[in-house]
Amino acid sequence: MSLLVAQDLHKSFGKTHALEGAGLTIRAGEIVAVMGPSGSGKSTLLHCIAGILPPDSGVVRYGDRELTSMSDRERSELRRTDFGFVFQFGQLVPELTCLENVALPLRLSGMKRKDAERAAKDWMAKLEVDGVADQRPGETSGGQGQRVAIARALVTAPKVIFADEPTGALDSLNGERVMHLLTSAARETGAAVVLVTHEARVAAYSDREVVVRDGKARDVEFVR
Amino acid sequence: MAIGHALLGLLEGGPRHGYDLKRAYDERFGHDRPLAYGQVYSTLSRLLKNGLVAEAGVEAGDGPERKRYAITDAGVTDVERWLGTPEKPEPYLQNTLYSKVVLALLSGRSATDVLDTQRAAHLSVMRDLTKRKADGDLADQLICDFALFHLEADLRWLELTAARLDKLAQEVGK
Ligand SMILES: Nc1ncnc2c1ncn2[C@@H]1O[C@H](COP(=O)(O)OP(=O)(O)OP(=O)(O)O)[C@@H](O)[C@H]1O
Ligand SMILES: [Mg+2]
Repeated sequence: MSLLVAQDLHKSFGKTHALEGAGLTIRAGEIVAVMGPSGSGKSTLLHCIAGILPPDSGVVRYGDRELTSMSDRERSELRRTDFGFVFQFGQLVPELTCLENVALPLRLSGMKRKDAERAAKDWMAKLEVDGVADQRPGETSGGQGQRVAIARALVTAPKVIFADEPTGALDSLNGERVMHLLTSAARETGAAVVLVTHEARVAAYSDREVVVRDGKARDVEFVR
Repeated sequence: MAIGHALLGLLEGGPRHGYDLKRAYDERFGHDRPLAYGQVYSTLSRLLKNGLVAEAGVEAGDGPERKRYAITDAGVTDVERWLGTPEKPEPYLQNTLYSKVVLALLSGRSATDVLDTQRAAHLSVMRDLTKRKADGDLADQLICDFALFHLEADLRWLELTAARLDKLAQEVGK
């Protein structure tokens, strides 16, 4: 069943046409790699389908709702309840401990501190970073920080996780570990993952890939 | 891989029967391609002829499976030389892929399709290896990683070539 459908998206920044008729379909629980050369529009596509950036034209549907006709408030509410985000870096709040960072999305939806931190601890243990719970993000390694960020993305049990180069700043071994933990956690919770990467070894953790070239997405489906 | 050298290396641990050797080989190196008995015995007889192994006792009865084999000094030297010699860094796929791309351009077919088809096939194999790695022990992981890094290198070439198709088309058209 299609969970997220984008059709004929266009997006320009000044004279730069970042998306020129891009489209893709994400089904519930599947892991899709978005690949393509630098500057081809991968991040722009991800931002548009995740409701972070409104496209100039085109439609994004999530279930039976249309993201592209929602108000900003409705969209940010949807992002908070249904989506999780993992970026290359800079997503954790430096003043909070790692545990507080992971608990933050639950606190924002009104959960009691104790309950939020218990759930956060569980996820941190699954991602093997419960050891840095009381440290601040600046006091962790890149790989640990990334796994904390994944725990934070997963703690609200999102339906879709958007990850833009989540292993971009890590060495191979740490990158593999992050990918293994991210994809197993997603499979466990049934979350779909939209994974932007230009690394084939990272894309190999997906179920299928979509290639973006010159602002157009080319869906490569595998029937096996 | 050179089966002869692998068998010799295994014999350095002590004399073994042919079937014993096959079992040891399959366990360590034969993950997806176990040796056939015929292969083991034909390899052993070649090693025997070249003086790299010697018979080390025959049990009662007949048939080749009764024989034990031991590595000779010449055999040990051979293993050492093999380990000390690098494998030829073979760019094995480029020639075929490059020819396909050029022929597609020359004949007015889509070279992008050629590259995309290859990319999908590569990535599909990489997915299988990644799954195998997740369920495997360290040996599986290392073997799969070796293949994964090589396939990744091929994919980079495919990507780079895709980005230069316009230019290549011009040069080919001259
Ligand atoms: N905020 C922005 N302002 C101006 N131009 C932008 C902006 N964001 C993206 N672009 C331009 O849009 C095009 C697509 O950018 P995008 O970030 O989507 O590419 P990408 O595929 O994610 O690249 P990379 O692999 O390098 O991250 C590029 O030409 C880029 O310069
Ligand atoms: Mg990007």
